[in-house]
Amino acid sequence: MGKTMHIALTVNGEAHELLAEPRELLIYVLRERLNLTGPHAGCETSHCGACTVEMNGKSVKSCTVFAAQANGATITTIEGLGSPDSLSVLQQSFREHHGLQCGYCTPGMITRAHRLLQENPDPTEEEVRFGISGNLCRCTGYQNIVKAILAAAATINGAKEAAE
Amino acid sequence: MNDLTPTPQERTAKLKGLGTSRKRVEDARFTQGKGNYVDDIKMPGMLHGDFVRSPYAHARVKSINADAARALPGVIAVLTAADLAPLNLHWMPTLAGDRQMVLADGKVLFQGQEVAFVVATDRYVCADAIELVEVDYEELPVVTDPFKALEPGAPVLREDLAGQTSGAHGARRHHNHIFLWETGDEAATNQAIEAAEVVAEEMIYYHRVHPCPLETCGCVASMDKVNGKLTVFGTFQAPHVVRTVASLLSGIEEHNIRVVSPDIGGGFGNKVGVYPGYVCSIVASIVTGKPVKWIEDRMDNLMATAFARDYWMKGRISATKDGKITGLHCHVTADHGAFDACADPTKFPAGFFHICTGSYDIPVAYVGVDGVYTNKAPGGVAYRCSFRVTEAAYFIERMIEVLAIELGMDAAELRAKNFIRKDRFPYTSALGWEYDSGDYHTAWDKALAAVDYAGLRREQAERVAAFKRGETRKLLGIGLTHFTEIVGAGPVKNCDILGMGMFDSCEIRIHPTGSAIARLGTISQGQGHATTFAQILATEIGLPADSITIEEGDTDTAPYGLGTYGSRSTPVAGAATAMAGRKIRAKAQMIAAWLLEVHDGDLEWDIDRFVVKGAPERFKTMKDIAYAAYHNAIPGIEPGLEAVSYYDPPNMTYPFGAYVCVMEIDVDTGTHEVRQFYALDDCGTRINPMIIEGQVHGGLTEALAIAMGQEIAYDEIGNCKNSTLMDFFLPTAVETPHYTTDYTETPSPHHPIGAKGVGESPNVGGVPAFSNAVHDAFRAFGLRQAHMPHDHWRIWKIANQLGLHG
Amino acid sequence: MIAAAFEYHRPAHLKGALGVLAEYGDDARVLAGGHSLIPMMKLRMAAVGHLVDLQDIADLKGIRVAGGRVTIGAMTTQHEMIASADLARAAPIIAEAAVQIADPQVRYMGTVGGNVANGDPGNDMPGLMQCLNATFTLVGPDGSREVAARDFYHSAYVTAREDGEILTQISFAAPTGGYAYEKQKRKIGDYATAACAVQLTKAGGKVTSAAVAMTNLADTPVFSDAAGAALVGTSGDAAAVKAAVTAAVAAISPTGDNRGPAEFKRHIAGIIIGRAITRALSRA
Repeated sequence: MGKTMHIALTVNGEAHELLAEPRELLIYVLRERLNLTGPHAGCETSHCGACTVEMNGKSVKSCTVFAAQANGATITTIEGLGSPDSLSVLQQSFREHHGLQCGYCTPGMITRAHRLLQENPDPTEEEVRFGISGNLCRCTGYQNIVKAILAAAATINGAKEAAE
Repeated sequence: MNDLTPTPQERTAKLKGLGTSRKRVEDARFTQGKGNYVDDIKMPGMLHGDFVRSPYAHARVKSINADAARALPGVIAVLTAADLAPLNLHWMPTLAGDRQMVLADGKVLFQGQEVAFVVATDRYVCADAIELVEVDYEELPVVTDPFKALEPGAPVLREDLAGQTSGAHGARRHHNHIFLWETGDEAATNQAIEAAEVVAEEMIYYHRVHPCPLETCGCVASMDKVNGKLTVFGTFQAPHVVRTVASLLSGIEEHNIRVVSPDIGGGFGNKVGVYPGYVCSIVASIVTGKPVKWIEDRMDNLMATAFARDYWMKGRISATKDGKITGLHCHVTADHGAFDACADPTKFPAGFFHICTGSYDIPVAYVGVDGVYTNKAPGGVAYRCSFRVTEAAYFIERMIEVLAIELGMDAAELRAKNFIRKDRFPYTSALGWEYDSGDYHTAWDKALAAVDYAGLRREQAERVAAFKRGETRKLLGIGLTHFTEIVGAGPVKNCDILGMGMFDSCEIRIHPTGSAIARLGTISQGQGHATTFAQILATEIGLPADSITIEEGDTDTAPYGLGTYGSRSTPVAGAATAMAGRKIRAKAQMIAAWLLEVHDGDLEWDIDRFVVKGAPERFKTMKDIAYAAYHNAIPGIEPGLEAVSYYDPPNMTYPFGAYVCVMEIDVDTGTHEVRQFYALDDCGTRINPMIIEGQVHGGLTEALAIAMGQEIAYDEIGNCKNSTLMDFFLPTAVETPHYTTDYTETPSPHHPIGAKGVGESPNVGGVPAFSNAVHDAFRAFGLRQAHMPHDHWRIWKIANQLGLHG
Repeated sequence: MIAAAFEYHRPAHLKGALGVLAEYGDDARVLAGGHSLIPMMKLRMAAVGHLVDLQDIADLKGIRVAGGRVTIGAMTTQHEMIASADLARAAPIIAEAAVQIADPQVRYMGTVGGNVANGDPGNDMPGLMQCLNATFTLVGPDGSREVAARDFYHSAYVTAREDGEILTQISFAAPTGGYAYEKQKRKIGDYATAACAVQLTKAGGKVTSAAVAMTNLADTPVFSDAAGAALVGTSGDAAAVKAAVTAAVAAISPTGDNRGPAEFKRHIAGIIIGRAITRALSRA
């Protein structure tokens, strides 16, 4: 390892400290240092979105962030969005509507969909397609992904209404 | 029997067997980010390997100086061809009977070719070390055009083949010629064409593209020197074949090699062959005694791994003036790149291209394919093609359109006039294939009715008139396709990969308490095998699919299979699964007979149990029988309950479909909008409708990309112009239209459950549908043929050349 | 995929950032959103010895609308500009253009400063800022100065900014009247095949002012005085639009690339410019 610096970040609610070279990419810090292998690398030109995480409340391509930039950041990956005993509505909806096949784009896609529904809780189909346009999928043709996200929105909104 | 007794419907539903849209078992791990892909694998002491790659398409390698690289702290080794030569691994055999360099041996033949392999302690040091390797290249003249490559005086590419006038597939007539493969009756075909009332001739080009799965290729190779065992995890669509090849190349016996395909992030044919990265990782692991990981970048993937297509197809089709086809002649110039690394069954260097008579009853036909070397990446067969079926379907579906223009006929009517009739199946085509079953007219009529074809043609006519009056600048295209594919390779007597017959396998073991595990010789890359193969078994053996684990991909435990590509899993492994299930049921019947104290023949199978004929209250469920197999001493019957089937299919299967694409084209900007896409697929028995629909959506989206902008193109000196996702077109959710899927069901008569496979149909049928829509939009203005991809610029060019820009 | 090693600096104040640039000269680069620079570094097409991360510098953030003037801090992201209600009122063309840049994730990180400062001919904000007649504030070791966007771009990646200077904010008079940002691209995430920004005002049935600027049709953004002039004083009828388009197209010099040859781009430019002018007129 070359010259390192001290990096502190909170990931999925847990505080982590490590020594990393400034140039290490956030995607590999997460995958290889913190063993969070949910987000994936699919390209090196910031196009595919398979690496998408939440950083400080924003959907971000973690392959385009240096470890140094992420020092002090609060990060959520797919692993922080649901657990086996408590799957998120989106995770359940993706399964219900066959919104995945090989699964490689799925962590980034669900993480992005999660933030999309925070930005816009009741999107139209067109808004969903535009909202996930930073996440490529080679298997599904997007149609069932869109269906899953719209269904999740309906479920979440229905639950909110019921609670009110 | 009382109100609590489940009805037959309830018992069937509980199984979630054939025909149900069972939700996927894989989704639990994928939606939680707990998949296990190759790059997720970490082993103690693991090293990272990566390549120095050639920037030139054709050059001599004068010298390689890795001193500075080796001196970098953390660099363990730098391998070149000179290091691999003593092991005879600097070259390796390809699946197509050729050989290819593992590392540059004296020269490089395509941009991105592997020159040296750097092994280091982490990916950062490895990247730095690659920059420090100095390679002295002397550029050589480049040829990227296969026609120019066959001219006298063309640059010599394959110096290693100097003087060899024949190769694995017969005579070679030029230093850049690979093979000429022919089938059909050329003399009779030429005669029919010469005598015909109408002939249409056209060059149809299917351009070079790339499967580009979201996960690139990679492996982790680990040589355990203590136990003498090599383990390789990798992105392998055919793990057993990789094991056999690894054994032949390394000299390590197969029982000491374990190959594991973990979760694979999309394959689409890109992950069938053996790449230099796998070989170098294995060698590096053997040399260092440590695990070595190689994961390629996207640029590496697009520039150096198996591309798809690049077929120049010259067609001549003849017909009566009423539109009855009398003959089809096709000559193909096939650009294979620098090495023929096509993943074809050995005896078929042009794959199954001779399915190119398609859905039509054509009395005589001829196909000749000339394979050619150029300074491009090796490969050709990939991308949901089922061994060149995508090329064949595009060819015939374009030729039909060109013939319709020549005849002045409606293209839907021309197709219907020439479909193989339902009563002709099994049908032997003029090029030698025996189609198992089909009902093309029913599918076609259903499709045309669903889209109101007559209404669309009226609307189109009005639009043409409005355009000519200057009222609109948008044209309407109706893209038609009726494709027939050939999948499910294949009968061992004529289908093999490197000598391994293309059977497939299923091994089932039932546990005492009534659940089961089944292992297959195939490997899912997203197709949902863990979900669907359990459904086949559930229906065969009467245990719920939720109680059946399906495993694939570990060569230590899975029975030998030829892997998953060419839509072969359902036709071959699915058949093996059904047959193994029937063996289980046969033994179960004997156990049940003993338990019920009746003769075998007095029992009949009813969903999940054997019932005594005429005494329905006397039965044993499969669950009861499973326990008995472990618990009871049954005279003449071994304990336990398991079975294995290796299935040699009697034939390929022939799925078919009818697609209609309605497209708006803006003549001034070259942009398009898909207004409607209707896809009717007939894959025989439908195992899981939800999964079939997903396959169709995905395949159509790959087809959209291919037809409407994706390409791997080169400039005159062999620079790849589309090596990143900036310029290699993958549509986002915004560019992708909505699809309407539909079906008919014409079972395969020779398959145990009548299923044909569907994974590749949408790419096979989709590309001609999109492309024909573009052509159809301009037909009224005189367009016959315009090569794909139909991106903005090339659609604009069509309009410009037809004088539509005023 | 892996950048070469570099020293990382994250100053809390502008002065600190300027100090690093002064010390290391052209071996130092500022890092804004990183979505232009980091991909270049990963492909090893940009060599950066010292990276100066601007994310902590408060002075570089913020959108202020006061007295008819809009001021945007250089580190304001595309997402923040789209979400700003003040900006939507004061200059709706900004959001219209910003949503056509890249994709949602890139817009969360990409900054307006990064988009205007590096002189990439493919970026959308430079042309837009020329249309708005914006001025850029450049702060260097000797103090700050203002440069008009219309004077800022010299050639591809060559701008009026000196190595030791940092672009800190963009300001312009809040526009009135009709506006449009029209962009043709191959897919979401692509740079423009051709793009055009138009702001114009009308009074008494006549166009009283018009600004037309184009993107990715030359090695810099192109602001066409002649196109604007062809509209002023007219009713904005088809003939005037055609004259403006002709003038604008005469000012561009597109180069062929994977999107298509120059001749194609010239034609598309004409269509896009025409559509932008027409839409702006309909909103005036």
